[in-house]
Amino acid sequence: MEVTRQQLGSGSRAEFRARQLRARDMLRGDLDGPELERHVEQSVLTTTLEKAGRWAVGNANFPLSFGLACCAMEWMSHIGPRMDIARFGFEAARATPRQADTIMLSGRISIKMAPVIRRIYEQMLEPRYVIAMGACSSSMGVFNNYAIVPGDKFLPVDIHIPGCPPRPEGLVHGILKLRAAILAHPDEGWRTRYGGRGTEEVVADLERDDPDAVHTINVSGGTGGTDPSA
Amino acid sequence: MPDATGLELIAQELRDADPESVLDTVYFRDRAAVLVAPATVPATLQRLKEKGYSFLASVHGVDYFPEEPRLGVHYELLDMREVDRICVRTRVTTDAPNVPSVTPEWPTADHQEREVYDMFGVIFDGHPDLRRILMPEDYEGHPQRRDFPMGGEPVLFTHNERTTPEWWQ
Amino acid sequence: MSEQLETRDLGTVPLPGDVPAHRDQTEELLTINFGPHHPATHGVLRLMATLEAEVVKDVKPVIGYLHTGIEKTAEDKAYWKVIPVVERMDYLAYYFNAMAFCGAVETILDLEVPPRAQYLRVIHMELNRIMSHLVWLGTTALDLGAISMFWYCFRDREQIVDLFEMSSGQRMHTRYFQVGGVFEDIPVGWEQKVREFTKIMPERVDQALAILMKNEIVLHRLRNVAIVDEETLLGLGVTGPLLRAAGNPWDLRKADPYCSYDHFDFKIPVGTIGDNWDRMIVRMMEMKESVRIIEQALDALPEGAYITPDRKYALPPRHELATSMEALIHHFKLVTEGFRVPPGEIYYPIESPRGEMGCFVRADGSSKPARVHMRDPSFVNLQGFRPMVRDLYIADFIATLGMLDPLLGGVDR
Repeated sequence: MEVTRQQLGSGSRAEFRARQLRARDMLRGDLDGPELERHVEQSVLTTTLEKAGRWAVGNANFPLSFGLACCAMEWMSHIGPRMDIARFGFEAARATPRQADTIMLSGRISIKMAPVIRRIYEQMLEPRYVIAMGACSSSMGVFNNYAIVPGDKFLPVDIHIPGCPPRPEGLVHGILKLRAAILAHPDEGWRTRYGGRGTEEVVADLERDDPDAVHTINVSGGTGGTDPSA
Repeated sequence: MPDATGLELIAQELRDADPESVLDTVYFRDRAAVLVAPATVPATLQRLKEKGYSFLASVHGVDYFPEEPRLGVHYELLDMREVDRICVRTRVTTDAPNVPSVTPEWPTADHQEREVYDMFGVIFDGHPDLRRILMPEDYEGHPQRRDFPMGGEPVLFTHNERTTPEWWQ
Repeated sequence: MSEQLETRDLGTVPLPGDVPAHRDQTEELLTINFGPHHPATHGVLRLMATLEAEVVKDVKPVIGYLHTGIEKTAEDKAYWKVIPVVERMDYLAYYFNAMAFCGAVETILDLEVPPRAQYLRVIHMELNRIMSHLVWLGTTALDLGAISMFWYCFRDREQIVDLFEMSSGQRMHTRYFQVGGVFEDIPVGWEQKVREFTKIMPERVDQALAILMKNEIVLHRLRNVAIVDEETLLGLGVTGPLLRAAGNPWDLRKADPYCSYDHFDFKIPVGTIGDNWDRMIVRMMEMKESVRIIEQALDALPEGAYITPDRKYALPPRHELATSMEALIHHFKLVTEGFRVPPGEIYYPIESPRGEMGCFVRADGSSKPARVHMRDPSFVNLQGFRPMVRDLYIADFIATLGMLDPLLGGVDR
């Protein structure tokens, strides 16, 4: 079907006026036939319910207000006037996990705090996402000692944001990646962007080499060797 | 700061009051410290309070491993009128890590002595509530002792990824 | 047809709100657990509050939810590498952490810090003090319900953090203070930017005061609430703005000056009653005084070296590495092993935005410290929370927690 654009009337307002009149006619029931079809195409979005749901979740995400340590200062900064995460709909930071969508682990997780975070995560309702902000929650960060635990050990983390603490711009970048992933455009990662496919550590034959290998990715068949129970 | 002679005078007064209390004096970089026997700590602090050192700024522990006696507790005192500081130090062994608590007269020592207990294992007799404060309540071991392992996660490279424990455990 | 409503005589039936006379008052105490995760953005502090109806009778803080073993980590690292680790303790006053540690090590080494470095340190510390008080103000006003203050304060905080980024490259945890001075000299144009900032900052403080000071709700919530007398606070070891609000003008910058603070002329704001209101006003006035210190330091900034010329402890400037063999050797030794510190123990106290921050360093002659301990003000000030909240309503309890300004990174270390 060929779509041609024609300017109705003259000037920039003319098309808008024409749409207005068409809408008025539709409401009156005066519009039918091809004009009705065209009006529907132009003004109504058709989509699947799933896509619409994902669009809503991506654009109206309620992060859990969860400031642990230094990263919390940059987390507060990105809500502040300069970065203003409210542009993307992430401003309504909920205090209760029952109402929250995303938990942002902003700061170092000590061994005393880890069960508390796990309990909070379990209280969140699906769909829920975890952003590990900063180096301490992603890996151990600056401190490699008895007292802290990386976030991956007890939570499935979706996005890791590096930095100590990450700049608010970095945090926003990570949040937007999460948003793209929610809206079903997950970031392919640097290997696709920079043509790095084929640089993964691949074990060609799992049974032959080592059935316990855990750091193999993108191995065809099964879970790529990262499934602990396999 | 009390200068070196002032420190010796203070030490002399403490010795006059209790001959067994003062074990040593240290004057380093214009800062004065007296080393006392553990059992005499509350009395020493009280006498120094009467001399004017009325503010207990800090109670902290040190592990002198491998020197014996191993565990040290330092009490930093401050005289707000003269702007003077003096440190009262005491050393105990791990076999008998008992020091009388100063919390009844110096309420600021409450959390600080709990921290020294938690991190070093020094038991303060007479403390109203001696429990772990920074580590979980059921933690075993005293982390800041010098022979306690640092802990932490091993850094995973390709050469040791098969020998180190699985990351999900 | 009208229905006759049934009436009953309720004379002897107890209504739900009545407490029968034989019940003991202590049976009505309810222990509520606040946190460690709670909407008040003060970090992971857990408070077990014992309530009688809505009045708080007692509180027991449970801490340790942010314990990172920083002091133990510091024993494993060379003195140079301890600085970024130790900066992350009181994570809003990172220059003060670094200053306390560097000052302690410099005292053991008996190292002379050049005057330009001292003035630069003072400027950065006072900027950090303003930034810490701004974040405190923003988050505490958020707890009180004055939500707009959050955005105003963070707008000003962004300006300060831009200055830090300009001088050292990082917004937070800049690793700018080194043993012997500062890491590098300030860039061209930094002084001018700081002056632009100091010109508008007093006005911003006045604007914040205008929003909060005459607001009746704020006044009712903070005036004559949580009064604690000076004696109790001194017994509990509380220092900083909390002690100054109670009337005691104890400030280490004036009482026991370090790092050239005695060259500057500034006042110490002191409160009269010791209630939440005084604590708030003391901190806001401190921001203004810090601006004065910064201006004086900029006016009098001396020329010279920004770090000690002793190459055994400070990295030589890079251009020397191409010409001087000794500089290369010194650089190599410093970067790989680090400098060795002769045996000694020092407690070095400074005045951080929350009170007396002292650093105890024990050196045993090797290139790694044998013990680093920070006497953190928030850890000790938290003990002052119990007398403050006796007989307060829960809402005042939250406001008092905000006025206490606990920084859990320092509490738990």
